Amino acid sequence: MTAVVPSESEVQEGGSRYDRLIQPARVHGTLYTDPSIFAEELRKIWHKTWVFVGHESEVPQVNDYVRKQLADQDVVMTRDKEGEVHLLINRCAHRGLQVCDDKAGNSSSFRCPYHGWTYRNTGELLGYPYNKGYGGKKQLPLGMGKVARVASYQGFVFGSLAAEGQSLEDHLGAAKGEIDRLVGLSPEGKVSLDAGWLRHKTRSNWKFLAENETDGYHPQFVHGSIFGVTGSPIGELYSDNSTAVTRNLGDGHSENDLRPEFRGFAEPMRWFGTTPDRVPNYVAAMKEAHGEDADRLMIEGAPHVMIFPNLFIAEIQVFNIQPVAVGECVQYATAVQFDGGHELNMRMVSQSIGSVGPAGMLLADDTEMYERNQRGVAMADPEWLDVRRGLHRESVDEDGFTIGTATDETGMRGFWNHYKSLMEAED
Amino acid sequence: MAQQTIEQGLPPRPDNGTELLDVPDGWEAREVEQFLYREARLADENDYDGWEALWTDDAIYWVPVDGEGDHPRTTVSIIFDNRSRISTRMKQVKTGKRYAQAPPSNLRRIIGNVELLGGRANAEGGVDIEIGANVLAFESRPRGNTLWGGRTTYRLRRVDGQILLAYKKVVLVDNEQAVPTLGFLI
Repeated sequence: MTAVVPSESEVQEGGSRYDRLIQPARVHGTLYTDPSIFAEELRKIWHKTWVFVGHESEVPQVNDYVRKQLADQDVVMTRDKEGEVHLLINRCAHRGLQVCDDKAGNSSSFRCPYHGWTYRNTGELLGYPYNKGYGGKKQLPLGMGKVARVASYQGFVFGSLAAEGQSLEDHLGAAKGEIDRLVGLSPEGKVSLDAGWLRHKTRSNWKFLAENETDGYHPQFVHGSIFGVTGSPIGELYSDNSTAVTRNLGDGHSENDLRPEFRGFAEPMRWFGTTPDRVPNYVAAMKEAHGEDADRLMIEGAPHVMIFPNLFIAEIQVFNIQPVAVGECVQYATAVQFDGGHELNMRMVSQSIGSVGPAGMLLADDTEMYERNQRGVAMADPEWLDVRRGLHRESVDEDGFTIGTATDETGMRGFWNHYKSLMEAED
Repeated sequence: MAQQTIEQGLPPRPDNGTELLDVPDGWEAREVEQFLYREARLADENDYDGWEALWTDDAIYWVPVDGEGDHPRTTVSIIFDNRSRISTRMKQVKTGKRYAQAPPSNLRRIIGNVELLGGRANAEGGVDIEIGANVLAFESRPRGNTLWGGRTTYRLRRVDGQILLAYKKVVLVDNEQAVPTLGFLI
């Protein structure tokens, strides 16, 4: 799979390895195929930065737990008796076994099946059998490993395996406002991710997914088959005539901002493809909660934002990308559920089933593209992937963010800039 | 979940919402099997029109995640199609640009261990026959070959002398894991 022939880029003088592989208008194919780069990404990105793991609503009660993946780490998200959320590395401190076997449940402790070591749901060692073998002491200075830092924003739980680094709020930066926008569509100001997760195995490098999430160039082509037969207007949002913009939010985050399109129509709930009279209880609850601001919120709709490296909010769905190997990842997807939005929630579940997951009428086709991408980048020539679309027409908006038109690769370039800065850092 | 069902005005789960009755009269195992084999062949050969014509108007085609799945109106599923969505799915694939099936998968499946399980009352006041079977499907695509295994529950109904499919639930053996793209008709 790896390109072993020294390439034009590799023999250039000067600059770091990643300076040569990542250029303003193109990126090198080996970034997707070289196992040594993948191993370096695990260390420098996935084990360092903030990674989306799950949502607090998945462990609503004290002592609830649910198994999760943080890149290559099997972790248990728990809620302790004080209500605090922890991410434990699912590994016994004694002989390394997986301590928690069930996918989810409610328990204040976990017991390793091998020698009966028992841990509190905060990771602390509670006890072990036959203590004379350890000199009769009750305490051993051992416990389950923990994801070094855990923080949540609007219930979205992130973990960082690095003990030190920037705060979650700093990492999220401008993307915080997009999460707020999603949450603002709940009459109670809260979303839940408790509708279960679809798990889609994808024979592709994780970065193809991250790049695609705010690529407004592909929808008309990849999804033309479903837009055509359902008469969906979504494709038009990503056409040459669209007033929507692609925005580089910095720190690797990017969005397709569709608000200019929806403001133009000024019709509440158009973003969801419906009208207020079809969801009257939801509209009434929004008006009660948000007063005069409700119409604006319901006109502008939900965000379409990729939060580096693995959280993608696609209006009514949330995705989590998990890297597995250089040519394999898992896409997790679920339907957003608005607290206090029962009328909308079932519709969002139904639309999500129709569009995402292994058989979804949208995502199965995206996934086919990722898998064909992956086969393609193993080919010899040309060595590069082109990311120059819209480079000549980018501008800076009033908040200082770089923006392009709806179909420009502005988001991808933002992704690669940030990626390069992380990969160039010292180990 | 029961409480949630009441609060949200949910319909009962489609798989166990009503009591399992005796196998209704007038059904022969051989005839049932012949129908299941034909349905399998139409799916294997990507005969979308032929396959779509098998369904009743109140059809449910369901592929859950996590074992038997949770309530399909409050939990995501791999597939949960009513008759209208089956039709949309077929229209999409027939455009030839449903890339997850363009080119279409090469497929062959074996249906086995067919059991007549009982009867289920349907909304039209009749009783559908419920059948359980195992399925093993071999799929070949450019991404590689995939072996799909599952347990299928079917409900069949006689309509104007014809046998039609009212319900098909496929519980994939590995649906608690990540599964590859399922573009074909399982």
